[in-house]
Parts: sequence; C-alpha cells; structure tokens
Amino acid sequence: MNTTVNLAGVELKNPVMTASGTFGSGEEYSEFVDLNRLGAVVTKGVANVPWPGNPTPRIAETYGGMMNAIGLQNPGIDVFCERDIPFLKKFDTKIIVNVCGKSTEEYCEVVERLADEPVDMLEINISCPNVKEGGIAFGQNPKAVEDITREVKKYAKQPVIMKLSPNVTDITETAKAAEAGGADVLSLINTLTGMKIDIHRQTFAIANKTGGLSGPAVKPVAVRMVYQVANAVKVPIIGMGGISTYEDAVEFILAGASAVSVGTANFFNPAATMEIVEGIEKYMERYHFENIQDMTGIVK
Amino acid sequence: MSNKRKESAMIVSQEYIGADIYSMWIQTEEIASLAVPGQFISMYTKDGSKLLPRPISLCEIDRDRKLIRVVYRVTGEGTGTEQFSELIKGDWIDILGPLGNGFPLDKAEGKKAMLIGGGIGVPPMLELAKQLDTEKVLVMGYRDEQFLADEFSICGNFYVATEDGSAGTKGNVMDAIAANDLSADIIYACGPAPMLRAIKQYAEEKNIVCYVSMEERMACGIGACLACVCKSREIDSHSHVHNKRVCKDGPVFLSTEVEI
Repeated sequence: MNTTVNLAGVELKNPVMTASGTFGSGEEYSEFVDLNRLGAVVTKGVANVPWPGNPTPRIAETYGGMMNAIGLQNPGIDVFCERDIPFLKKFDTKIIVNVCGKSTEEYCEVVERLADEPVDMLEINISCPNVKEGGIAFGQNPKAVEDITREVKKYAKQPVIMKLSPNVTDITETAKAAEAGGADVLSLINTLTGMKIDIHRQTFAIANKTGGLSGPAVKPVAVRMVYQVANAVKVPIIGMGGISTYEDAVEFILAGASAVSVGTANFFNPAATMEIVEGIEKYMERYHFENIQDMTGIVK
Repeated sequence: MSNKRKESAMIVSQEYIGADIYSMWIQTEEIASLAVPGQFISMYTKDGSKLLPRPISLCEIDRDRKLIRVVYRVTGEGTGTEQFSELIKGDWIDILGPLGNGFPLDKAEGKKAMLIGGGIGVPPMLELAKQLDTEKVLVMGYRDEQFLADEFSICGNFYVATEDGSAGTKGNVMDAIAANDLSADIIYACGPAPMLRAIKQYAEEKNIVCYVSMEERMACGIGACLACVCKSREIDSHSHVHNKRVCKDGPVFLSTEVEI
C-alpha cells in the first residue's frame, strides 16, 4: 500500500494536510499532532505586511458548523520567514504557504519574497470573503482569477495552488480560469459566506456582520464542487470543506480530490489530522486500494 | 513537550448551586497536577451540531484527590452548557487543558490583595483565594442569588454586592468597595467587561497593580485560530499587531496592558 501523492511534482507522504487559517503555522498544534505524520502543513495566510484583522467577536457557532471573520490577522512575510518557516523545517512534512493580499502587487510581493525560501508550494487565497478590500473580486470573477493566477505564476518558483471560492454561480468557470492562467493545483472550497443574528441582543453575531461558514454543515456542498471541478479541469485538486473523519476524506478523494485538507475539525478534535491519516490507510486495506490515485475520482 | 491534554474524564459529582449555576467535579490526574488558578479548560459536548469547545474557568484544583471543579452557568435552553448540566456522576466528558496563563500569585507576596469577581467571573476567584497566602479581601458581585458565598467567607474578609440589594451592598462591586472603604496593594479580577473596565480605571487612578481575566468567544482555545483577541498596548508576540490572544497570552492580563 502506498499513500504518497504527487502534486505538481511535489511528493507528499500522504494526502492529508491542514486547511489554512485553522492551524496557524503548526506551532500551537504541535502539542497534539506529530507534524511529521502529515502530508503537508498549509499555513495561515500571510501578507506582505502585518494585518491586524477584524474587530471581535470574530466567530460564531452555527448548527453543525461555525462562521469566522478573523480578517486574516497575520504577522507579515518578514516575521513569517524568520520564525514560522524555520519552525516548520524541523519536521519531515511539506510546507505550503497560503498567501493573501489586497492587490495583485501585494500577492506578487509575497510570492517573490518566498521564491528563495525553503517552502514546497504556495496556495493563493483569492476567495477569502472576510477582507472587504480584497479577495472577493479576484475569486468571484473568472477573468480576474485567470489574471491573478498568471501574474503570480510569473514570480513563483514553487508550484502554485489556487484556492477557489464557493461563493459563485458555477465553480467550474473559476476553476477553468485558474487552470488557463497556469495554476498547478486547485484547492476547494474556501468558506461559504453566511450571517448569524443574535436575537437576544438584536444584532449580528459577529462584528463583521458576515462570516465564512465552515465545518460539517458545508461538506455536501464541498463534495459536489470537488466532483464538478474534477470533471472540468486536468490539474490535481485538494479537497476540503467540513472534513472531520477519514470517511469524509475518502468521500472527497472518490469525488476527485488527490489530497484533502482538514480545517474546522482541528478545533473540536486537535488530533483529527492524524486520525484521518490512519483511517485512510485502514480504508485502503479494507477495499484493497494500492494507492491514492486508484481512488481519486473513481465515482463518476 | 506538551503540558496540555485532551482527555475523556469522569464526572465525580454534579450539583445545582443556584442562579442557573452548576458545580461539577471532574477526575483528571494530569490537569489537576498542572493547573494553576485563573486557567481554564475547553469542554466539549457530545452533540455534533455544537462543534466548538466551551471555555470554562477552573473554580478549584485538588491535586491530592486529582480533581478539578468547574462552576458554570447554563446560558439557555438547548445550549452546550445545558447539556453539561445534564451529566451525572460516572458520566464522561471530553476536556482539554489546562489552558491559558493563570493569575500570577507571586506578585502578591507581602502585599494586601483584593480579589474581585462578578457574575460567572466569581468561580475562578475561589481557587485563587485558597492559594494566595497573603492578607486578602474578597469582593464578589451577583445579580441576585449568591453562589459559593460560604466557601469564600472562610478564605478571607468577604464582601458582597448584589444588584437587587438582597445581600451586601446594593449595586456592583465598585459600590461595595466604596461602601466598605476597602483598599489593597494588588487587585485580581474576573467578570463582565463593564466591571473590568471600571476596575481597570479604579486601579490606574489609585496606582494599584491590577490583573484582569478577560473573556472572548473562542474556537481552538490554544492560540492558533486568532478568534479571541483583545487590543493590547504592546505589540503581540504572534502577529506583531497589538492583538493579544485571550486563550493563550491571557486570559489574565495586566490591566494597563489591555483595552477593555
């Protein structure tokens, strides 16, 4: 049995990674998770300069899920390179840096800065609905997706993953646009824009009014979108959206994902990623799958 | 490497103590041996529709008997805290802890300390009162019905404020401090934001060292998700943007360090 997966020439020991923004740069979770066991750590989004993020409350629990509007608080690329990359280099796992920005120039500045850093892949967050000034326009317009992908690719020395927003009418359009722009890999889905109202205080549950919905509640939407995109593009897909168990992860793989990310589940089960790695192995044994590729997208 | 643990722990007792407040003792050797006053645990429901852990402060830590006590308010029908309240002796609950920094006890050495709790900020002051080996005055504020009052009264000079005037000073903890002409060299406080704001102002006017335990909605509870930040005077160590994490850098902060 072989659990390795190859994403644009980068070989991961297994298909399980962390979803950006739920795992920091791994330091806090390293008390609960052996990072050496993960296929990759996908870091929280990093920008060219520190971002303070949104006012609080930044999160709210919803039925079977949660909403967040953290606002991409991050220390900026300088601190990230000095502190977070050396930390992650201590582990035998791949490093995928999530990049955020408010303009094409900002994305490219971060990507260029990372070109000579020992990181394995870049994931471009073009879909985070939390930052009013950015993100949303890129991720929701196919032309903008293609353009930003092409620009980022000019500066990137590592393979580029474009992270797609589900807040569109037809996700295959933005997926095809990213592929046309030169994306090496696609990851989906980012959070679904939602709203919760506190009926006792008669106001919004989170300060930003809207937030990104994640967790088990979004999983069927995410599986459907991974299936659609897998049938629309040739590049590999990292599937995510409510994955909490190995069964969830296998669903995404069967729908067309080459790898999977675990996000919100980390909050209620810090060891979720490791349990999913083990569960996928047992599943492969039970159904006699030799490798992950043999499972990817076989449900047609 | 780690001093935090997620474990399934057995409930030793559960009791209603008034004012929608429950007291639960939990058997946990590890957390009981590591925890300090002012720290908290994440408590998980068994209900998949309620994903996030509930952060609950430690009310008592019994190292000898390997127990911790949480005293928490049921916040409404169908809530996670209501589910906790339905658990009985012998049931198991998933918990993660100990979390946060806790109160710095050493700062009170040789000083007169004032411990102030308000509402559901009252419980964490009990273990602090028990461990603080110095002259101390305890001021607890309640809406109406008191809880834990007997236990506080044997720990030091105990004063009460109630909003409805049913016991002690009518009003809030600041009214009780004024009415009884209380003073101290150091303050430890936990309670709702308006109370902490008033105490911060009082302490700074009188030049009293003051530690406040803050509250904010949390997701991960361990400093990764950046949901529970508060505005800080100093640049924070994580993002370098004046946003300290309540769950990891706190919940206890020097009052001059944070905006409330």
